[in-house]
Amino acid sequence: MTESTLIAADEPLVLGDFSFNSRLFLGTGKYATYPQMRDALDISCTECVTVAVRRIPEDEPAGERFLDYLDLERYTILPNTAGCFDAESAIRTSRLAREMLDTNLIKLEVLGDQKTLLPEPVDTLKATEILVAEGFTVLVYTSDDVMQAKRLQEAGATAVMPAGSPIGSGQGILNPLNLRLILEQATVPIIVDAGVGQSSDVAIAMELGAHGVLMNTAVAAADDPLRMARAVKNACSAGRDSYLAGRMDKRMYASASSPQTNLITS
Amino acid sequence: MQDPNSTDIKTFFLNGRPEKHLQGQTIADLLAAKEASGPGVAVERNQQVVRLAEHVQTVIEVGDKIEIVRLVGGG
Repeated sequence: MTESTLIAADEPLVLGDFSFNSRLFLGTGKYATYPQMRDALDISCTECVTVAVRRIPEDEPAGERFLDYLDLERYTILPNTAGCFDAESAIRTSRLAREMLDTNLIKLEVLGDQKTLLPEPVDTLKATEILVAEGFTVLVYTSDDVMQAKRLQEAGATAVMPAGSPIGSGQGILNPLNLRLILEQATVPIIVDAGVGQSSDVAIAMELGAHGVLMNTAVAAADDPLRMARAVKNACSAGRDSYLAGRMDKRMYASASSPQTNLITS
Repeated sequence: MQDPNSTDIKTFFLNGRPEKHLQGQTIADLLAAKEASGPGVAVERNQQVVRLAEHVQTVIEVGDKIEIVRLVGGG
């Protein structure tokens, strides 16, 4: 018997018209070089990568171009509205992304301030409602606020993406209880986005029952990004398997693993 | 908006910077001039997306606010 016949295959993660076998989403920012980014994405086995929308620079020296290193046939491209601090600019950015990529997918971020990059809840909800009405598949970034997550899914978000901790902070899942409460009430996929610092954070998120994890800095800013890409790939599938397997109950006292009978005696 | 005291050079705004306005210049002309034509670029005129099919017939007016964006790495 092979492993695949003994263990049932996982179901794919479905987001609107898109279906993913990998539950790891990777960002494309902050890599030392474009080839390093390309290789990290490859090793991570991600199927969906985030990109940002920015003005073309005024004077750019000819050279390597970002898109030359992004395999658009292989990856589903998830544009974001990073850097938007109000609903209006996030909506405009979403429309530009749709024009550019011919995709309805959008990772909606509406941020509250520069220092924390925490989401601004009122404008996030407002932008979600408008973009959903315009036919976007909205994957919406939020803090780990349980009620806001509920409101966003009720507003028609395709997935809700609570932060484990602030963007780029690498502090991991700071409030596992909130994440559990969000997951308990979820009617849409919950993808932990932001704050993941290392592979164990990914495993924790997935073991809690998150449907996916999105990360960028933890890979790009690792001393060895390619090795970290492999680590988080493994952690994501390990955490998912652990969740599906169902953990044992915690006990107060020891419980011997070896039989307590037929022991030799003095 | 156009400075009413400046009568010599008429301008529009490209990505927030004033740019000399040329009579009859279209979005397609502007993209070509900036070597920004091709896929992976999107254009907004006065906060409305200009679809690719409309680039050739969309004439830039004095005072227009044009944004040309592209994809970059991000998380």
